Amino acid sequence: MSVLSQIRRNDQPIYLDYQATTPMDPRVLEAMMPYFTHKFGNPHSRSHSYGWESEEGVEKARAQVAKLIGADDKEVIFTSGATESNNLAIRGVAEFYQDRKNHIVTTLTEHKCVLDTCRHLEQHGFEVTYLPVQKNGLIDLDALRAAVTDKTVVVSVMAVNNEIGVIQPLAEIGKICREKKTFFHTDAAQAAGKIALDVEAMNIDLLSISGHKIYGPKGIGALYVRRKPRVRLVPLIVGGGQERGFRSGTLPAPLCVGLGEAAEIAMNEMETEAKRLTRLQARMLKGLQDRLSEIYVNGDLEHRIPGNLNISFAYVEGESLMMGIKNLAVSSGSACTSASLEPSYVLRALGVEEELAHTSLRIGLGRFTTEHEVDTAVDELVRHVEKLRAMSPLWEMAQEGIDIKSIEWAAH
Amino acid sequence: MAYSEKLIDHYENPRNIGSLDKNSEDVGTGLVGAPACGDVMKLQIRVGADGLIEDAKFKTFGCGSAIASSSLVTEWVKGKTIDEAESIKNTDIARHLALPPVKIHCSVLAEDAIKAAIADYRAKTARKDETAE
Repeated sequence: MSVLSQIRRNDQPIYLDYQATTPMDPRVLEAMMPYFTHKFGNPHSRSHSYGWESEEGVEKARAQVAKLIGADDKEVIFTSGATESNNLAIRGVAEFYQDRKNHIVTTLTEHKCVLDTCRHLEQHGFEVTYLPVQKNGLIDLDALRAAVTDKTVVVSVMAVNNEIGVIQPLAEIGKICREKKTFFHTDAAQAAGKIALDVEAMNIDLLSISGHKIYGPKGIGALYVRRKPRVRLVPLIVGGGQERGFRSGTLPAPLCVGLGEAAEIAMNEMETEAKRLTRLQARMLKGLQDRLSEIYVNGDLEHRIPGNLNISFAYVEGESLMMGIKNLAVSSGSACTSASLEPSYVLRALGVEEELAHTSLRIGLGRFTTEHEVDTAVDELVRHVEKLRAMSPLWEMAQEGIDIKSIEWAAH
Repeated sequence: MAYSEKLIDHYENPRNIGSLDKNSEDVGTGLVGAPACGDVMKLQIRVGADGLIEDAKFKTFGCGSAIASSSLVTEWVKGKTIDEAESIKNTDIARHLALPPVKIHCSVLAEDAIKAAIADYRAKTARKDETAE
């Protein structure tokens, strides 16, 4: 049975939502299996071989994760996922140094778990600067430099954005943070295993990783915590003092092993996979642009992971488009797909006009995406965009040369 | 989001898509919603000499519920007098399509669209009467 047929049954839609989650690589599952069965020991048991072999698996995994980001094994701690890693990194460092520093710098396009952690800290006496981004989704380094003060405890800037896939200038940000003597945390959930990361070269002090974004299991993540110069954290979870005291609780050995294996595979295949995905990304974009007018890529196309496209199909509302393309699993920045009925705050931060934000789709390509799937997706998208434009009053007005902005719409 | 079969049917096979001549005397046009809010409906009716709505067309930019709501009301208004059409309530639309609570505003918009089309038709008729006098 091929790897692909293990992942997708024929009656399921084509999976194009790799920024939401990734299927587990069968090689990862294989590495994990013994730790679910006969190697079931508690990795913290020191008195017998069950504990030792489980610990061996966990420590190998720690080394595999460390290698992916150019860190030392001892600097990697396991968590339940990137959300916990981000919470622990920002809140932990802020609380530890709060008698000396009370300021945090982050960006408007961070993941909600970073923004919500910052909001929480604001309620506890911290000041937070939310840096705007430029039209291409990247931060302005001069604005960052100006925002950091001697009270800034940490700068948290995501490596790769989850909606638009743009890559922030990590090395430059790290350099500024080092000069200004503040810690640099990066949420690398969407970056690890996809772009080269080096905590030394990039002067990163804290880095968050997620298992299920890199073809590993759900429920596991990691946080890199620099040892030299040492970064101190107040733990969120206390107890047995595991993970250097930063994160108590028995490690889920099978999940740790899975994350380690996923990290090693991603590292080994990063270069060839990036080339393959770059070709698929270009094929998809060209296929759409050749056949549809008025489509717009949101976010910088150059500084972007190849597995992401975020496209606004003008005059076609995102949710209705998703209802049409039943054979494709994608996500939308449209308000109608979110519980809050607000369009994507990331697209808004880019300055994408609301009417275009409502028409956006996020298309995620990954390890198991094939050329045939890309071609099928293009056909399906073109067909439904054309169908929906034919019933769109806005498209009709645009064809008649009416400027939609000239109309006084009654907001409701 | 889980939608009812009726709603999906109206989305997949929308009834009465298209446009009527908005400058015609017997056509009323309603354009409601806003692009920034993610839904815009254009609903048109043509009223016969007997006072009955003999045709209705729509075009909608919006989610599946918005498309289905507007498609449904074009079916409902045909053959009705404008007074009858005006009495269509958004709750009837929402109930018929089993709209989820977050999509109720789509049915409100469809009701507004009918009312706007009728108001446009009445304004035209009133102008015509004035010129006739």
